[in-house]
Amino acid sequence: MSEVMIDTGNYIAAKAAVMCKPDVVAAYPITPQTTLVEGIANYVKSGEFKGEYICVESEHSAMSACIGASATGIRSFTGTSSHGLLLMHEMLHWAALARLPIVMCNINRVIGPGWNIWADENDGISQRDTGWLQFYCSSNQEIFDTVIQSFKLAEHEKVCLPVMINYNAFILSHTSMPVYLPTQKEVDQWLPKRKPKWKLDPENPVTFGNILLPPAYERIRKDMQNSQEYAKKLIVDIAKDWKKRFGRYHGGLLEQYKCEGAEFILLSMGAIGAESKVAIDNMRKEGIKIGLARVRTFRPFPSEEILKLSKKADLIVIDRNISIGNEGAVFNEVKGALYNKSDAKAYGFIAGLGGKDVPYGDIEKMCKKAVNGKAKHLEWFGLEGV
Amino acid sequence: MAIKDLPREECYLPGSAACPGCPATMALRIVYKALGKNTIMTVPACCTAVIESLHPHTSFDIPTMNIAFEAAAAAASGIEAGLRMQGKGDTTVVAWAGDGGTYDIGIQALSGALERNTNFIYICYNNEIYSNTGIQRSGATPYAAWTTTTVGGKTEFRKEMGEIVMAHHIPYAAQACVSYPEDLFKKLQKAKSIKGPKYIEIMAPCPPGWRFGMDRTVEMGTMAVETGAWALYEYENDKVTFNGKSKLILEKKIERKPIEDWIKYQGRFSHLFKPKKDVKRLKEIEEHTDQVWERYRKCYL
Repeated sequence: MSEVMIDTGNYIAAKAAVMCKPDVVAAYPITPQTTLVEGIANYVKSGEFKGEYICVESEHSAMSACIGASATGIRSFTGTSSHGLLLMHEMLHWAALARLPIVMCNINRVIGPGWNIWADENDGISQRDTGWLQFYCSSNQEIFDTVIQSFKLAEHEKVCLPVMINYNAFILSHTSMPVYLPTQKEVDQWLPKRKPKWKLDPENPVTFGNILLPPAYERIRKDMQNSQEYAKKLIVDIAKDWKKRFGRYHGGLLEQYKCEGAEFILLSMGAIGAESKVAIDNMRKEGIKIGLARVRTFRPFPSEEILKLSKKADLIVIDRNISIGNEGAVFNEVKGALYNKSDAKAYGFIAGLGGKDVPYGDIEKMCKKAVNGKAKHLEWFGLEGV
Repeated sequence: MAIKDLPREECYLPGSAACPGCPATMALRIVYKALGKNTIMTVPACCTAVIESLHPHTSFDIPTMNIAFEAAAAAASGIEAGLRMQGKGDTTVVAWAGDGGTYDIGIQALSGALERNTNFIYICYNNEIYSNTGIQRSGATPYAAWTTTTVGGKTEFRKEMGEIVMAHHIPYAAQACVSYPEDLFKKLQKAKSIKGPKYIEIMAPCPPGWRFGMDRTVEMGTMAVETGAWALYEYENDKVTFNGKSKLILEKKIERKPIEDWIKYQGRFSHLFKPKKDVKRLKEIEEHTDQVWERYRKCYL
């Protein structure tokens, strides 16, 4: 019998994390992640969380402590946002190269200056090359399910990489939605205890991370790449298994919505991805043959699925981020997936930076511009005062 | 306790990549002997990350995890919590860092770990420079010393890391020196027996960094203590107790030797002696050292 919890994205993420029974949580508060760590602290007080919550003095130390804890063979979890994620950057690389299956929520928030706490995905995007797997969620239910799925994914013996679960500031982190919860027993059965591939153990005195010459270093990079490639299949398998067990499904690497017979496919992530469904419904009613492929995983990137979709449709990409000097990050990746293999046209839009609202009406406007052949290769939607 | 009474077991194995006369390896041998095999060590960027030798080999017979430069103390907090959650709270967790990783880039994480009462031993081997990157200035570099980033000599006096640590009011802190292995051993054993955060700093004269012969490491350490450039002490229950020659200097039972007697053997100070003696700076060094000891007497006697 599943229970329904009505709460904000952050409290839902805290609940999911605690149900995975991490032994160590190390975290530092930052808006809008704060209520996530407060949620964990409340579970410490209530006794529901039996692990250790280390209140560190910075995000750099949060990730360093998670690395130390994970290296002893146990499960560790953290959460951050924006500048906190950027401060962690060095240790994000470290966690991935050390092959430690740490799970972290990142609440996508604007980077300063100027100070701004609203939704923007440039923080997560800028960690593209750290080796972390990256999810972008579009509902609180998806946050809950993805946190639990992420431990299984990260700890899989063929993956052994950390996972970042991204969701938009306030739009999800501070908005209450009903979420179906499995029982603790069900989670325990579905998510077995971590079996570490290596750990710090006085019975087996090994030195980790010492000087590595170029051929060996190149091998470990290739091994990480192999693991991300393997994860493409595993993410889908885990999502299907979750559906079979709990009846909920948010897609694999992509969530496809009304893509059958579509001549145009809209690609978006996070909260814009959820809003896009309304826009698709409206445009379908008007007879426009358009579907949505919501990108759930930025890493590994679903190049194969996108290429497949491009065989039958042109692509429209909305990015709530900008790789300054080039274009939106997802747009860039999408074009890379098509290169030399597809004749589809691709249109890119930058929208919603700095937390600007992107309602379904605006999404429809962007899509229609592309459908009507009036969109440029890359456009900034609704840019004011330039 | 005499040298011959130290445990015979060696966790510091032959074949390391250390320079001849390296003080870090001398100290590590004693650390391993004092703490035993049920120890886990985390090492940030520092000479030891090289000394431990190349993958797939290691010269350390205890589990060791390398970590980023500023992260040793935070990683130790995580290791300690991870072990405790598995019922392995009896394993000694050590962060082993140089003065760069302690005084400068790692001071925030260290302060955090001390404040949140992590049960570990933080050991700083202080060779007064960034030696691994090739002799650059650190917060521990003494006044007037040449480094590759203080070419005419450092223009500031070093900070007192030990006193910064004491301001955290942790259960135990100590200053030691590689030249006094029995004293170091005893301080390590005491640290191991106490729960909570412990800090031990070891004076570690570096032959290539300080520009002296590789056969004079021990002598340079002894002279650092005898000249009062370095003090041996313990801090326990908010009380500082000087020991060895430092105690005698503090109590004015012996005079400290002139710093000049120590630094004239070190190439890093050669610009103070030739082509012409830099009387002004040598005087500043002696006066500053006297001031430091007057303050020690006021605070700790």
